[in-house]
Amino acid sequence: MAATKTVPRRTTGKTRLETVEEEPETTRLVVPVDPGGDHIQGPLAASLTLVEYGDYQCPYCGAAYPEVKKIQKQLGSKLRFVFRNFPLSRIHEHALNAAETAEAANAQGKFWDMHDFLYEHQDTLGDPGVALGFAKKLGLDIQKFQHDLSQHTHQSRIKEDFNGGVRSGVNGTPTFYVNGLRHEGAATARELVKALEAPK
Amino acid sequence: MKTTMVQSSKKRLRTRASKNRQGNNQQKSTDAVKKNGSILVAGKKAPNFSLNSTPDQKVSLTDFRGQPVILAFYPADWSPVCTDQLSLYAEVMPEFKKHNAELLAISVDNIWSHLAFSKDRKLNFPVLADFEPKGTVSRKYGAFKEKIGEAARALFVIDDKGVIRWSHLSPDGVNPGADGILLALENLNRNQPVVQG
Repeated sequence: MAATKTVPRRTTGKTRLETVEEEPETTRLVVPVDPGGDHIQGPLAASLTLVEYGDYQCPYCGAAYPEVKKIQKQLGSKLRFVFRNFPLSRIHEHALNAAETAEAANAQGKFWDMHDFLYEHQDTLGDPGVALGFAKKLGLDIQKFQHDLSQHTHQSRIKEDFNGGVRSGVNGTPTFYVNGLRHEGAATARELVKALEAPK
Repeated sequence: MKTTMVQSSKKRLRTRASKNRQGNNQQKSTDAVKKNGSILVAGKKAPNFSLNSTPDQKVSLTDFRGQPVILAFYPADWSPVCTDQLSLYAEVMPEFKKHNAELLAISVDNIWSHLAFSKDRKLNFPVLADFEPKGTVSRKYGAFKEKIGEAARALFVIDDKGVIRWSHLSPDGVNPGADGILLALENLNRNQPVVQG
C-alpha cells in the first residue's frame, strides 16, 4: 500500500512541504557486509546472506542460536552468515562483557569458538571464570586475552556494530537481515530458510 | 565450512562510518511526515504540556526550548514491545545526546507505575504520566486511542524552536526502533520547513 507523505522540497532557498505518494519503506541493512571487518562464516561469495544482530545474554538469541546452526547445515556453502554485536547492556548486565569476551577471542583468531561457547553456556555469563577456562582450553594467550578485557580494547568495535544496527532499524534482539532486508518473521530455521530462498 | 575472522582496525572504522552515511542518504526523506492517521505532522507547532515525571516534579515541553526534543508516546508500561522500545532508546541515548536532544516518554500510566517501570528497565530519560485528565496530552498530539484508552505508539521530533519536524505512527505491536529518530535529528539542520498553523 502506498503511503502519502509530506516531504520537504527545495525551492528558492526555502523548503516547503508537499504531499507525495511513496512506496512503503523496507528496512534495509545500511552497513554492508565487510569482508575485512565482519565476523563471517561461509564463503564470501555465497549467494545468500544472513546477518544477525545479537546479544549473548538475550534468551531469544539463545533460542535462535541452534536455529542458525540448522540453517547453516541445510544451506551449506550457499550461505554466508554474519554476526554483529548488539548488547542491550542496561537490561542484560553481562551482555557487554560477553561481547568483549568473544571479541578478545577474535583478536586471537577464535571468534566463532567463543561465540558458540557463550551461546551454549548462557547461564554462566555472570562468572568470568567459565569463559576464561574455555579461553585456556582454546590455547589463547591468556595474558593478552585478560588485558583486552580489562582495558575494554574491543568496546569501540562493539559500539560501532551497535550503532550500525540502530541505523539499520534493529529494534530488539535478535534481529536478522536476509539478503539485506530486515526479517520480520519468526527467528526459526524454517522461516529464515524460506525467506533466504525466496526469489529476489 | 570456510571461516573468516579479521580483527577490527581504524581503517575499518572509517570505511564503515562512510558507508553508514551513504546508506542514510539513500533512505527516503523522513524529515516531514504525512497523514499518519491523525497524529500531528511536521511543520506544526508542538503543543506545550506539563506532566509529572515524579510525584512532585513536573516537566514541560518549554523547559527544553533551544534544544531538540524527542517525544515517544507508547501504549503502556510493562507490555513487551514498549519494553524493548524504551530499553533500546536508553541504549541509544548517547547518540541522541550527540544532537543535544532530550527524550521524553509518555503514556497514560500513573507515576508510581512509571517509577517502578523506569527503575526496572534502568531508563535514563523522563517517563511522563499523561494520567489525569487521562490522555490529555496524547490527544493534543493526535496520539490517543479513544476506544482503548491508551496512547498510540507515536514518535515526534521537535526542533529547538518548538516545531514538529518529523512524526511517525507505528502499529501497536511494532517497535519502531531508533533509526527514524536519528535520521530526523540529522535532518534538523538541513531542511527548514515553513511553519504552518
